[in-house]
Amino acid sequence: MALSKEETRRTGDGEEAAREYLTFTVGSEEYAIDILKVQEIRAYEPPTRVAHAPPFIKGVINLRGSIVPVVDLRLKFALGEACYTPFTVVIILAIAGRIVGVVVDSVADVIFLSPEQIRPAPDFSASFDTRYIIGLAAEEGRMMIVTDIERLMTSPEMALVDAVLAATEEAEA
Amino acid sequence: MPINISQFAQVFFDEAAEHLAAMEASLLGLDVAAPGDEQLNAIFRAVHSIKGSAGSFGFTDMAETAHILENLLDQLRKHELGLQPEMVSALLEAGDLLRSMIAAHQGRGSVDARTVQAIGERLRQYAQAPSTGAGAAAGRSPASPVAAEAAPAAGTPTAARAFGIEFVPTEAAAHGGRIEHLLDSLSRLGRLEVLNCPDAEDRGVGFWQLRLTALAAPDAVAAEVDAIAERGAWRMTEAAVVDSVGDAPPAGADEAAGEAAANREYGFFTTVDPPPVVSAAAPAAAGAPLAAAEADDSLAAGEEGEDYGFFAPLPAIAPPAATAAPPPMSGAAQRPVAETSIRVSVGKVDQLINLLGELVITQSMLLQTAARMAEAAPEELLGSLNLLERNTRDLQDAVMSIRMLPISFVFARFPRLVHDLSAKLGKTVELKISGESTELDKGLIERIIDPLTHLIRNSLDHGIETPEARRAVGKSPVGTIALKASHQGGHIVIEVSDDGAGLPRDKILAQARQRGLAVDGMSDREVFRLVFEPGFSTAEQVTDLSGRGVGMDVARRNIKELGGAIEMDSLSGIGTRITIRLPLTLAILDGMSVAVGDDIYILPLSSVVESLPTQPGDVRSVAKEGRVIAVHGEFLPVVELRELLAQATPGDWRQNIMVVVAADGRKAALPVDALLGQQQVVIKSLEANYRRVPGISAATIMGDGRVALILDVAAITGMAQSKAEGAADQQQ
Repeated sequence: MALSKEETRRTGDGEEAAREYLTFTVGSEEYAIDILKVQEIRAYEPPTRVAHAPPFIKGVINLRGSIVPVVDLRLKFALGEACYTPFTVVIILAIAGRIVGVVVDSVADVIFLSPEQIRPAPDFSASFDTRYIIGLAAEEGRMMIVTDIERLMTSPEMALVDAVLAATEEAEA
Repeated sequence: MPINISQFAQVFFDEAAEHLAAMEASLLGLDVAAPGDEQLNAIFRAVHSIKGSAGSFGFTDMAETAHILENLLDQLRKHELGLQPEMVSALLEAGDLLRSMIAAHQGRGSVDARTVQAIGERLRQYAQAPSTGAGAAAGRSPASPVAAEAAPAAGTPTAARAFGIEFVPTEAAAHGGRIEHLLDSLSRLGRLEVLNCPDAEDRGVGFWQLRLTALAAPDAVAAEVDAIAERGAWRMTEAAVVDSVGDAPPAGADEAAGEAAANREYGFFTTVDPPPVVSAAAPAAAGAPLAAAEADDSLAAGEEGEDYGFFAPLPAIAPPAATAAPPPMSGAAQRPVAETSIRVSVGKVDQLINLLGELVITQSMLLQTAARMAEAAPEELLGSLNLLERNTRDLQDAVMSIRMLPISFVFARFPRLVHDLSAKLGKTVELKISGESTELDKGLIERIIDPLTHLIRNSLDHGIETPEARRAVGKSPVGTIALKASHQGGHIVIEVSDDGAGLPRDKILAQARQRGLAVDGMSDREVFRLVFEPGFSTAEQVTDLSGRGVGMDVARRNIKELGGAIEMDSLSGIGTRITIRLPLTLAILDGMSVAVGDDIYILPLSSVVESLPTQPGDVRSVAKEGRVIAVHGEFLPVVELRELLAQATPGDWRQNIMVVVAADGRKAALPVDALLGQQQVVIKSLEANYRRVPGISAATIMGDGRVALILDVAAITGMAQSKAEGAADQQQ
């Protein structure tokens, strides 16, 4: 995992050849993530609610015998309407040795992006933490937000990993 | 080096550990007065294997220790040394040393160089003054000393042994007087009989068969025979001796093996098709008078009858050859045993179980679909679905059984423990083990070791009396500890019983009173249960074995963590019996599914006490915060599951059914909307991909493929307790 992080960073520095990205839409925005982090794409099925989880964690589903949490990025980023239709998809990500499902509006495309195509993102206000953005890429008139999905999913604000719990417990004590 | 050998190190560690366990078992099973050759050889082989592979992996410390050990064992099994009880202890300690070396190489702990030195020195002392040079013997391959110098079955090292020597000399050798020279040197070793020699007109060219009766194998002359004989057409066998090892070729085979590896016995015939050889050998082995005729027939049928001319007389002089034939056969029969098991990582097995779970769900979905089709479902489909169901069930049983291991994995360590401890305590104790083939989950196996070890130590230290005390009360001076495992309806029951003094009821009561416990009118079982309380010990003095009053508490806690229970029975002067009940597996839980709001949760059935309908007036509030309900005259805290599980719509809980649960000695009442049923559920970790959730112990997958969460009853009752205490504090 450390290696892939390294690679991602080098991509950002523009030292590597083009690589594949999966793009998906959340609300009116289009995101691109490293396709090597994607395990599969599934139709949405209602997850089992888990107590004391933030609202954007929809719950857990059964993925061939593994219990996998499902995060709704639309709720997390307050983008678009969180409605669930038969066409709602879940991207199953394999990151940091864990499996996580991400609900998005739709999966758009698989594209090649060369490092030159990814431009550094301007500094936004606090609305969206730019730490998780590798850069912005434009192709055929579309703009995509190239996201470091691993960093985002393992961050404390996603409340997906126990490190968070440990941190909060520490804060309480 | 293109191959990184270190990746195989784990295999070496595993194997070495197995060899050490085998060695220990054999050592403990040895009759010191008359050790069996089979056992001594087994121990030797184990040590030799460790030495060999330790050397090739570069673990020189282990190889050196194993080498010293091997030297001593070599002399023991050749009966050059008599076995003494101290030797057994020294050998066991050397085994322990090797084990700690393995641990050290794996990065766990370290080995004290002085210990290595001391044990090495001790072993060398036992092994000193070897008659034939132990160094040379140990340097040779393991097989040849076994065969060449294996003692006769009778166990008398001085008995003369008979060797059969057969050869076909080359013409040059026969004419050069070398046969005479050979016969001369053989006759100096012992009594030599010429059973068969070629006719005079052949001038020594032909089939020679000799019998030598000597003390030692004529290894020295093997080279000479080899030089005389026509291209490997010779053999030397030990006649009329049962080769107890069986995995070694006959003496001198080192040389012969090089030339005729495929067929050691019949080196000369390597060019001939096997079947005729077999047919010639079989009657010979039977030793029947008709053998000659039959063999002749079969030889005539042989494709290369010409070559057989040499050996045509063989059946007639069958006895030495016939008796020599079996050893390689038995060796071949023993070998496959080692290959009947494979090592598989637990991860792969777990994956298999996961996939199987999916298969079961898919299959039940298919069945539901078929059921919906009702009349429209074709009969063939229904038939196939039935078959699928049956096959899935069989597959499930088979896969679950992979995780099951016989409890002998645990029991096997106790003979050693009892051996060491009883010596230390000056007690004579016999350990009786039964039901060691009872199988249980691997996860349980690993976690039952510590509590069981503690219970056995306890029995040894406190239960069994000294031989004098036992004699005084008319018991046999040898105490007995019995270890028994069995299946009892979905549970595994392990019993540890001893015929010792029994629990001192009065002492326990005295100590309980000292600690301010109300003990009047307690039943025996209740009294004995006290010994599981932390800090409770009736031992007069704290030894390094027991007496601190910690162990029994820990043992009970460990067993509870495994979802099991522990009970104790005791009769003064007769003995004590501790019974442990465990679930068969950690992977499956008997659960009760309950509805809370729209969600389904699982309560472990083992913690459910009862369920009862409630009326609005039954629940009372205490200091506004806590709520309690009276059940059988006992006030239990009510845990509002909807609050605990942070459900959006707190319902009218007064309408609910209460489930009374108990864990860690605390009880609580949980209001639920409905009881849905009891079922076995497969426990799945929630933390593998998510994180720990308060009040939830794990998750499971229901029959419809959805996830249900398993409630952590111990945490819930704990929360109720702290909440009630908080309320009480507020009231004050």
